[in-house]
Amino acid sequence: MSDDLVTLKDISRIYEKGKEKVEVLHQLNLTIKQGDFLALMGPSGSGKTTLLNLLGGLDKPTSGSVEIGGEKLHLMSSSALSRWRARHVGFIFQFYNLLPVLTAQKNVELPLLLTSLNGKERAKRAATALAIVGLEDRAKHYPRELSGGQEQRVAIARAIVSDPTLLLCDEPTGDLDRETADEILNLLQALNREHNKTIIMVTHDAQAAEYARHTLHMDKGTLVVEASA
Amino acid sequence: MKYFYLVWKSLWRKKIRTILTILSVFVAFLLFGLLNALNQAFGGATDLANAQRLITLDKISIINSLPSAYLTRIESVPGVRRVAHASWFGGYYQDPRNQFAQFPVDPERYLDVYPELTIPDEQRNEWTRKRDSVIVGRALAEQYGWSVGDRIPIYSSIWTNRNGGQVWDFEIAGIFDNDDPRSNTLFMLINYDYFDEGRAFGQGSMGWFILSIDSAANSAEVADAVDTLFANSPNQTKTSTEAAFAESFIGQYGNIALIITLILTAVFFTILLVAGNTMAQSVRERISELAVLKTLGFEDRAVLAIVLAESSLVMFVGGLLGLGTATLLINVILAGNIPLPGIYIDARAILTGLLYMALAGLAAGIFPAIRAMRLTIVDALSRA
Repeated sequence: MSDDLVTLKDISRIYEKGKEKVEVLHQLNLTIKQGDFLALMGPSGSGKTTLLNLLGGLDKPTSGSVEIGGEKLHLMSSSALSRWRARHVGFIFQFYNLLPVLTAQKNVELPLLLTSLNGKERAKRAATALAIVGLEDRAKHYPRELSGGQEQRVAIARAIVSDPTLLLCDEPTGDLDRETADEILNLLQALNREHNKTIIMVTHDAQAAEYARHTLHMDKGTLVVEASA
Repeated sequence: MKYFYLVWKSLWRKKIRTILTILSVFVAFLLFGLLNALNQAFGGATDLANAQRLITLDKISIINSLPSAYLTRIESVPGVRRVAHASWFGGYYQDPRNQFAQFPVDPERYLDVYPELTIPDEQRNEWTRKRDSVIVGRALAEQYGWSVGDRIPIYSSIWTNRNGGQVWDFEIAGIFDNDDPRSNTLFMLINYDYFDEGRAFGQGSMGWFILSIDSAANSAEVADAVDTLFANSPNQTKTSTEAAFAESFIGQYGNIALIITLILTAVFFTILLVAGNTMAQSVRERISELAVLKTLGFEDRAVLAIVLAESSLVMFVGGLLGLGTATLLINVILAGNIPLPGIYIDARAILTGLLYMALAGLAAGIFPAIRAMRLTIVDALSRA
């Protein structure tokens, strides 16, 4: 049995801007194994984020197929994709995207609202996730009371709290200083190595990419070269 | 319910804006409650009317008195069980601002026809026995601090007494209550015999007659029979049910229900604009947050429900506070002290208010909610 988690076949993504058609991804093929930590690099406009959106079920390809964990994302309805994301994907954004009105604990609990867990169980799991990222003592703090690095840790806790198959990170260290960025990358690396999370990370930062097991370079909507860390 | 915390916290994202919006909803539903009570008092006076009572007035105008001889003649009409009479005294206590209703009546007849007025027997007997005595309603007695045995001067702007003065001196023989909580007891009943003998003019006349009849089903026939009886007399009469009398009396003030409806329509329309604008702003400011919720797996309909729940919550918090305050004011704090019978916020008004809150919440939130539901994650995140 194959241990491929992600299989993309002949993926194209074309956006229409008025009368103009822009092909962001062109006939892209890719497989990613379970437990991999993949860095996606490339210049702006090369299609990295578009690829990440397709992998996360946030967007659908114009043509081609996206199969993750045996499920065909390109054939799913919007509601089915929502449910699939809730079960299988954790997202980490460059600007953290925490809800400012909720404490760290409640932000982490958000994905669990979509499960059948009761309030007590949700709180317990969120506390565990916060402990994994080293922020158990910041549970009652609001995002405005946290540093950038701490906010990103909370975002990581939110991403892992429902124990997803796949972690998708879009420039997770893009807004952080070097030292804090390294802390976050070490955390992601630990999640990959110790918890066997499959991580796909879009980054412009070559040093960040060194934390990944593999690096893929993209240019003009296609994969250019593959390098191993 | 598990989204309630999220909805509640989102509501307080901009505290001042939310408080101002809730305050405007509060004022709208306070007005709704108060105006509804007023409408109830005017329109609802007919609800308080007894179907087995008829009122006979002068056909031309209520200010024209009728001869006292009519009383026994009316009582002889088949179907009439008992007849009472009343007149308008038009007085005030100490200061012209202290206006309240006073009616010279025959004690026995009046209390027979209005069995809902209750008074201890010894006080009733004292009133009947002592000619210069009066009985006062409980609310009136409480308003002026009167007790049984007090002597009170009442200035009548209509009736000069035989001494040439306008001030009439009465002793309070009793305090009566009304069984119906919607009714007020802000009036005084004067012994007619004392009044009739004491007035300088108009002896032997009565303001109107109140007929207690055997069956409400015969009211039209009895009314016709009474009016036919006096058809060729100098003082022709007009007899109607107590409800019709109340309606025509209220009609003098204009179409109160329409005026109230127009005011409330304007108020609610404004509230919809205010709350709708608040919700639209709130959603606009949270595009990226809503996109994050969708990214985490919240379905479109869940996002729709969250925004609608927010606008409904604003309406229910403000609305319940407003309607609750109005109910507390009308039904508890001012109960019985408003000189208008039947002023009351009933269960129907509260249910209507709740329905309006739900509808207003839906109307104010539906467009922002649809916008939130239709958000495309990729577009929303790229705009953030």
